Amino acid sequence: MAGYDLEKMTAAAVVMDHDEMRRAWTRVAHEVLERNKGAANLALIGIHRKGGPLAKRLAVNMARIEACEIPFGILDISLYRDDFRTYQPRVGTTKIPFDIEGARVILVDDVLSTGRTVRAALGALVDLGRPASIQLAVLVDRGHRELPIRADYVGKNIPTARREFVRVSLAELDGSDCVEIYKDVAP
Amino acid sequence: MRKDLLDLRTITTGEIQYLLDTAASFKEVLARPVKKVPTLRGKSVALLFFEASTRTRTSFEHAAKILSADTYNLAGSTSSVVKGESLKDTMLTLRAMEIDAFVIRHPQSGAAALAAKYVPECPVINAGDGTHEHPTQGLLDMMTISNAKGRIEGLTVAIVGDILHSRVARSNIWGLSKMGANVRLVGPKTLMPRDADQLPATVYTNLSAGLEGADVVNVLRIQLERMDAAYFPSIAEYSKLFGVSKAKLQIAAPDVTVLHPGPMNRGVEIDSALADDPEISVICDQVTNGVAIRMASLFWLMGARSA
Repeated sequence: MAGYDLEKMTAAAVVMDHDEMRRAWTRVAHEVLERNKGAANLALIGIHRKGGPLAKRLAVNMARIEACEIPFGILDISLYRDDFRTYQPRVGTTKIPFDIEGARVILVDDVLSTGRTVRAALGALVDLGRPASIQLAVLVDRGHRELPIRADYVGKNIPTARREFVRVSLAELDGSDCVEIYKDVAP
Repeated sequence: MRKDLLDLRTITTGEIQYLLDTAASFKEVLARPVKKVPTLRGKSVALLFFEASTRTRTSFEHAAKILSADTYNLAGSTSSVVKGESLKDTMLTLRAMEIDAFVIRHPQSGAAALAAKYVPECPVINAGDGTHEHPTQGLLDMMTISNAKGRIEGLTVAIVGDILHSRVARSNIWGLSKMGANVRLVGPKTLMPRDADQLPATVYTNLSAGLEGADVVNVLRIQLERMDAAYFPSIAEYSKLFGVSKAKLQIAAPDVTVLHPGPMNRGVEIDSALADDPEISVICDQVTNGVAIRMASLFWLMGARSA
C-alpha cells in the first residue's frame, strides 16, 4: 500500500484470527440479507485486490444461508486514483460479468480508512452503469475518515493511531487469514 | 525512470512485460459501452504527424481520449512546418503552451529522439521515424501474438517482405528477440538491410525456406512510396515470389497465425482470402490491441508523473 513500508514497521498485534474473521464475515452476510430482505437483485463487487476474495466469501455465505446465487465481480480502481507515484503503476482488470444497471450493489473492501479508495470505487462503478443502490461492506473500519463516507456493514471496528497500519491477510492471496496492526518504528 | 518511448532496442524485457500486462487491463476499458476513465484528466497530448497515417494517429488519439487527456492534431501539411518552422521551434512552441506529452511520426530516422531532447521534462512517443523504429507497433504485434499463442518465448516468427525500409520490422526484431522468439527475416536480397547479420535474426532470401515450420508470419507492406530505386523487377514478380497466400503457408506450422501492420496491398504482399480468414489472420485484433498498447504507453509515461 502506498506510503507504508512494512519492513520498517513492526507487527504489534494480531487483532483478528481466522475464526474471528469467519464469524464476523458470516454475521455480515446475515446483515446484508436482513437489511435487503433477501438476495433479490443483489450483486457483490469486491475492490481489487483484497475486496475480491472477501466478496466471493460473502457470496458463498449468502448462497448457503438463502439457497440463492448472487452475481459477483471485481472492480479495479487504479485508473480512478489521483496518486500515482511509482515508476510502473499496476493496473488490474475489472471483471464484472453482469449488468449493474438497476442492481443493488454491495461494494466490498478489506479496510476502510480515509474513504478515498471508496470514493474512487464509486466513480468507477457509476461509469459502468446506474445501480439502484450501492452499499458498503468492509472487514475492518480503522477510522481516520477524510471524506463523508461510512460503511453499511463492518466486520470489526478497530480504533487505530494514524501512524499505525492495518494489514488484512487472506488465505486466497496470502496463504492464511488474519488481521494485524503494524506500528511505525519511532524515527 | 524512462521519459520517452523511442525504440524497442533499448527497452528492457521487464518494461515490455509491464506494457503488455497493462495493455491487457486497458482492453477491458476499451470494450465498455462508456469508454472513458479519468486517469489523464487535465493532461494534453500533441499528435505531430509529419507523414500520412490513419490507423496510428486515430489509435493514439482514441487511446488518449479514453484516458481523458485532451489531444491536439498537428499535420505537417497544415502547420507552420510549411512556412519552414524547424522541428526544434515546433517543439519549443508547443512546450511553451504547456502541452504535457508528444506523439511524433516523422519521415526522418531519429526525429523522435531529437524532438525528445528539446522537451527535457515531457514524454515523447515515437509513432514511426523513417526506417528506424515504430515501437508501439512492435508492442501491439507482441500483444497480438501472445494472445493468439499464449506465449512469445520459443515461437518462430517470420517477418516477410521489405525489411530494408521497415521500421515495423526493426521494432519487431528487437522486441520479439528480447522476449525469446526466434526471428526470421524473409525477403529478396535487395530489400534486406545491409546490416541484417548484425540483428538478432536469421535471414532467408527464399520464401518457402523462411516459412517452413513458422508459428507466426508477419507480412510487411510493400512501401510503393519508398520505391524510388528498382528493388525488384515488377509488382507481379514480387507477388509471385514473396506474396503470402494460404497455399504457400502449407509448409508453416499447422496453427500458423498471420499478422500485417496495414495498410494492406491486397494481392501484392498478402492474398486477399488469407487476410480475411478468421482462423489464420489476426489483422483486426492488431488494430484493437493497438489502442490498448497506446493507452498503456501514455499511462506509463504520463500517469506515473501525475500526483
